[in-house]
Amino acid sequence: MPARLKLFLPLILFVVLAGFLMRGLQLDPTALPSALIDQPLPAFSLTVLGSEKAIAREGVIGEVALFNVWATWCVSCRVEHPYLNKLSEAGVPIYGINYKDDDAAAVQWLEKLGDPYVLSIADRDGDLGLDLGVYGAPETYLVDAQGVVRYRHAGVVDERVWTTILEPIYRELGGEGGPG
Amino acid sequence: MIPELGHFAQIIGLAMAIALTLIPAWGAWRGNRAAMQLGPGLASGMTVLVLLSFVCLSISFVQDDFSVALVANNSNTLLPMVYKLCAVFGNHEGSMLLWSLILCLWTLAVAVFSPSLPLIFQVRVLSVMGSVAVGFLSFSLFTSNPFARLLPGIPAEGSDLNPLLQDPGMIIHPPLLYIGYAGFSVAFAFAIAALLGGRLDAAWARWSRPWTNVAWAFLSLGIMLGSWWAYYELGWGGWWFWDPVENASFMPWLAGTALIHSLAVTEKRGLFKSWTVLLAIFAFSLSLLGTFLVRSGVITSVHAFANDPERGVFILVFLAIVVGGSLTLYALRAPAVASRVGFSWISRESLLLLNNVVFLVATLTVLFGTLFPLLMDALGGGKYSVGPPYFNAVFVPLMALLVPFMGIGPLSRWKKDTTSRWRQELLLPLSAAVICAVTLPLVHGEYNLWVALAVLLAGWLVFGLARDLWNRINTASDFKRGVRRLPASYWGMVVAHLGFAACIVGVVATSQYSIERDLKMKPGETEELAGYEFRFVEVAPVRGPNFVADEARFEVVRAGEFVANLAPQKRRYLAGGSIMTEAAIAPGLFRDLYVAMGEPIGNDGSWAVRLHYKPMVRWMWLGAILMAVGGFCTVADKRYRSQRRSVTAGVKGAEYAG
Repeated sequence: MPARLKLFLPLILFVVLAGFLMRGLQLDPTALPSALIDQPLPAFSLTVLGSEKAIAREGVIGEVALFNVWATWCVSCRVEHPYLNKLSEAGVPIYGINYKDDDAAAVQWLEKLGDPYVLSIADRDGDLGLDLGVYGAPETYLVDAQGVVRYRHAGVVDERVWTTILEPIYRELGGEGGPG
Repeated sequence: MIPELGHFAQIIGLAMAIALTLIPAWGAWRGNRAAMQLGPGLASGMTVLVLLSFVCLSISFVQDDFSVALVANNSNTLLPMVYKLCAVFGNHEGSMLLWSLILCLWTLAVAVFSPSLPLIFQVRVLSVMGSVAVGFLSFSLFTSNPFARLLPGIPAEGSDLNPLLQDPGMIIHPPLLYIGYAGFSVAFAFAIAALLGGRLDAAWARWSRPWTNVAWAFLSLGIMLGSWWAYYELGWGGWWFWDPVENASFMPWLAGTALIHSLAVTEKRGLFKSWTVLLAIFAFSLSLLGTFLVRSGVITSVHAFANDPERGVFILVFLAIVVGGSLTLYALRAPAVASRVGFSWISRESLLLLNNVVFLVATLTVLFGTLFPLLMDALGGGKYSVGPPYFNAVFVPLMALLVPFMGIGPLSRWKKDTTSRWRQELLLPLSAAVICAVTLPLVHGEYNLWVALAVLLAGWLVFGLARDLWNRINTASDFKRGVRRLPASYWGMVVAHLGFAACIVGVVATSQYSIERDLKMKPGETEELAGYEFRFVEVAPVRGPNFVADEARFEVVRAGEFVANLAPQKRRYLAGGSIMTEAAIAPGLFRDLYVAMGEPIGNDGSWAVRLHYKPMVRWMWLGAILMAVGGFCTVADKRYRSQRRSVTAGVKGAEYAG
């Protein structure tokens, strides 16, 4: 009889593994916790994309808003862009962070695909991105009216991400607008 | 209309698969011969219908039918025809349909090519394979419909097949991989049929073995092509990354390798039955697990398809039914008491047992590393990634441990051998291996200990095989008769082991001796690498069927003699605007020269350029090809063909007697 019990060992191990896999389906491996959660948006001194106008932290805080890290070299950013346009048209403030990009290409991109941003910060050398802890593009940060980072989303923002993840936090922070 | 026809065919194919699962099995249970004999017919019907479905999907791609969402999302009018056909399975839904089709073809192959199987056993095998087909076809129809329409509002133009997939490797790598994955369902079905029938004997192993070897051979080719494709497609010369999706194909291969060796013992000596059944279940389970990992979103990978928890739940339930059910059956029906036939610790059986243990441990270490991020996340332990340092640290020593015994194995006798005989047989191979290990690395100039060790192990393998060949041929009265007398499966073993030796040398040599330089170069400049001079001649714009590119031209010279022209490209694909690097490679048996372009730098025409010198990298892939050839040799073995005739004769005799 003990010999027979040993034969159940693979089944037991599989049941344990299946439990972990089931749990894994509920997790998001792309959810990368940000060290900046509940910390102020980092200070910076850069220019607005497409102009020589200086922009600093004080110029972009004061309302609940999304900060979207994007670049023309980023394929997923193109996928995401139409939905950002939709959010912007519905009244959600979005600030762009144009990350390690070519200014002319970026301006052309916005002219061609539409500009969802209140303004885009030209982060040519990636300094602001480094301070934010940017993992790649696209990334989106939810920042409250006091300029504190509340959430970071790595990857494409689409309707599912907005309705299930970002919108609840946005509303809780007092954010207005958004697709009905 | 074509998409609807394809969808309908898929639905009826599923119905046929359900019938294949139930009707012959019912016949077996009730002793109804007519119902049992429906198996092959149902398998044929199922296969034809799923093939029709796949053909309809392919036609939709070829005809640019953008009303089909899959076509609109993965193809466009500019895409060359061959890549439109690749786009059929370069996505989740199409690849699942391809998986299902290949599974059906394997089922049909078993139905057609197994006349020697007792009817009741064949029925059980087909029934198990039918049930697996039910799972895959249901998954496709209910969660991943490839024929979903975009009506109304048909797009005028489609998106693009990922440019990484627009490559000849895409034509053959996934199909070969799927043939390997699905092929292990045959070994699985044979194991389950044996458990159901309570018959685990040499005959079962003999029936199962050619199917398993062929599936393993296809998987070897699929993995090899994936490695080779990554090497020339990604532009930085890497050929293996221990990416979760790569691991998903490697784990069934490792388990499959143990399985084919364990089958040899079961067939030859009636031993290792529990091992063999468990490994058959394990190899196919890992194929299913790989499918789960790639398509459920529980892990991140550059290869994985988009996340979809609904699909993940389905596959997990399917996995639970197949693996949980088979392991339960194993626990209840596998031999609980060890066979009364014994063997000495100094014997071929012991070496093959060690082989099983090493490959099982290797498989489990890769599985653990692949799933570790998930385990830690599930336990609330934070986010982790597991990369090459872990895998290399655990996998390389295991393989190094394995090879010494691979050298002894073929020379060993079954049941009982002696250390004195081993010593006598192996002294010459060992001496030859040591001589090679000491001298061959010197050819490259700088002596490298790792390369010396690799040459020692590979040489030990090769000379051990040579010794065994010599012994076997020498027992015959003359050379020609000796050669002819050796069975095809023996030659298969020899070729496969030689392939493994070549892989060892290739992997270690290219890991240790490769040189790469990241440079800023402009036309007119020359750089030297490993004795080769790379002269950057010019950059010119070129136009492809669906892309535009900057193409550089390099002339490579060595000691004043022309070696190669290399023309790497920086491409922009028109449909989606993606930028891709196309590396240029001068291949060689003993070295590859490799150039990839980065970005333009500044305004003076300079480019970031990466130059590579990669010695013996081809030996890895040639070694894998040899392993596959060895696997295919089993099918040619007379033993398996004559068995069919003798069983048939036996059946006829029984009929006459009746």
